[in-house]
Amino acid sequence: MLHIVVCIKQVPDSREIRIDPKNNTLIRQGVPSIVNFYDLHGMEEALKIKEKYGARITVVTMGPPPAEKSLKECISLGADEAVLVTDRGFAGADTLATSYVLGKTLQKVAETWGPIDIVFCGKQTLDGDTGQVGPGLACRLDLEQLTYVVKVENVDIEKRRIRVHRLMEDGVEVVETSFPVLLTALKELNKVRRAPLPGMLKAARFKPTVWTTADFPDLERAKIGLKGSPTIVSRTWVPEIRKANTQMIPEGSSEDTAKALVEKLLSGELPKKLGWAEPTAASIGGAK
Amino acid sequence: MSTEQVQQNDDMPDWSAYRGVMIVIEQRAGIAKNVSWQLLGEGRKLANKLEVPLIAFVIGHHVEHLANEAGYFGANKVYLCDAPQLKDYRTRPYSRACLQLIHDIKPEIVLFGATATGRDLAGAIATHLPTGLTADTTELDVEPHPSRLLLASRPAFSEKMLATILCKQYRPQMATTRAGVFQALPRDTTREFEIFTRKFEMEESEIAAQVIDFIKSEELFNLEEAEIIVAGGRGMGGPEPFKMLKELAEALGGVVGASRAAVDAGWIKHEHQVGQTGHTVRPKLYFAIGISGAVQHTVGMSNSEVIVAINKDATAPIFNFAHFGIVGDLFKIVPAITEEVKKRREVFGVAAVTTGGQAK
Repeated sequence: MLHIVVCIKQVPDSREIRIDPKNNTLIRQGVPSIVNFYDLHGMEEALKIKEKYGARITVVTMGPPPAEKSLKECISLGADEAVLVTDRGFAGADTLATSYVLGKTLQKVAETWGPIDIVFCGKQTLDGDTGQVGPGLACRLDLEQLTYVVKVENVDIEKRRIRVHRLMEDGVEVVETSFPVLLTALKELNKVRRAPLPGMLKAARFKPTVWTTADFPDLERAKIGLKGSPTIVSRTWVPEIRKANTQMIPEGSSEDTAKALVEKLLSGELPKKLGWAEPTAASIGGAK
Repeated sequence: MSTEQVQQNDDMPDWSAYRGVMIVIEQRAGIAKNVSWQLLGEGRKLANKLEVPLIAFVIGHHVEHLANEAGYFGANKVYLCDAPQLKDYRTRPYSRACLQLIHDIKPEIVLFGATATGRDLAGAIATHLPTGLTADTTELDVEPHPSRLLLASRPAFSEKMLATILCKQYRPQMATTRAGVFQALPRDTTREFEIFTRKFEMEESEIAAQVIDFIKSEELFNLEEAEIIVAGGRGMGGPEPFKMLKELAEALGGVVGASRAAVDAGWIKHEHQVGQTGHTVRPKLYFAIGISGAVQHTVGMSNSEVIVAINKDATAPIFNFAHFGIVGDLFKIVPAITEEVKKRREVFGVAAVTTGGQAK
């Protein structure tokens, strides 16, 4: 049977974070924790594959103990196993240190529940926004890597191949590769289901497997947490927006306002920069 | 990225073997992405400050002409790796080619476009090396010798803040950079540069991934390269009024943009989004219509040359940096502007054909 691992992260819903205008600091209070929504699209796709071909789904997260809540959410959706990797030593990890720990975790998952065929990650997280952990993890485990997936077109169980559509800036690439493979999910990949009642009941009783540094005897301390993170934040600031000398167009009828604006736009440097034709007498007067 | 500042060992290892600023040139079917030339423009500044060569790496198949282009856009040294296996981007062969070059020439800084391909590739390479990688940067600078640190700044917390990220203990320092943020140098065929050809040793049989097809976007739509953008926000109130913006955009020869509020509300597709987790643009003319001007939007468009804001709220922050402001009912004013523009078709006649998406 296929073994699919879904990597998730519990994140503060950064859309809810506001800046305190008085002192330019973040207001984190009252910001809800959610499963990074791209990860849920990975979870949904794993469930679709499970329904079609049969699979075991293991969901994995690295984070503080309250992240258990997000694992339970995935159990309620239909995951079979859930692993929380948690340790103070993991705190402050950047993407390199995170992919190291997740790599070790997935190796242990494979030893415990069998070899892994497909790994799903979200395209990026809402709090970090880097999109680097997926490729990092694929590299750690020497997996094939397909990022920015918007569609899983075909899974060939016999040949152990998968064909997907990847969304690029200029179009969609259709690409296929072999298992084991890591995919990163976009929100266009699917519509996330709601947890069914039996799933919710199962989740309520469910206790995820918890692993700490002690469960990884060969973990190199220099590669985890803050110490294992090459990147450091040297400063953060709220950008000041360059202020322009705003010319307000006086209020009048819409027609007059529109005319005044267009005349202003035409009288400056803009037409030249845009390569517009020199205004002719006829055009200024408004051609019939 | 670690979010706490802690006491770090500031004794940096000896990195004197690592010199030079390297830009990885991205292309599809022999056509380079503009972000690559923009990166050469910014990389030129960094290389000058560090007094090192600017290096371009061109990877692909039948891409020899791009090696020259890289020189015309400012690279001192161009490395060219051209092989049939490199025709389409695939993570394994491309990362192999990059890793081999990085090992051989040891640049101190390596930059990629923060495109799907650039992020895919950079993420793999940084882990292999290993080294630090800063995603999606919008400002780059370097500290002078001896630290020679790359100051890579990027939006954080849904673009509400900027953070400067350093990588002190590893080389090369790597970053991906947003398209549309930096400016390319003028293309100059008299620039002097050297081209070095690289061998590529990886058999097709070692590569599992196969690119089957590429379906180009139907809409010829490129926000980042558009010269005129007509963008709508929460004030549009629904998907219907975006038709009105499209009419104005078409009359002007521009494209439609949107704020995150409008995209999140489902009124318009994500590819139109400017600012927060969307595109960074610097068109010559930008209309902000029904957009209040929150930081998460303005970081993506404040470098536009001429900004016109239309909003019913006279106190909206967008008026702080618009060049022309109109307080009033956008549902009446926008169609009036469209009419006015249409009346002057002769003036805008040229504009009508300069749609966004053209390479410059």
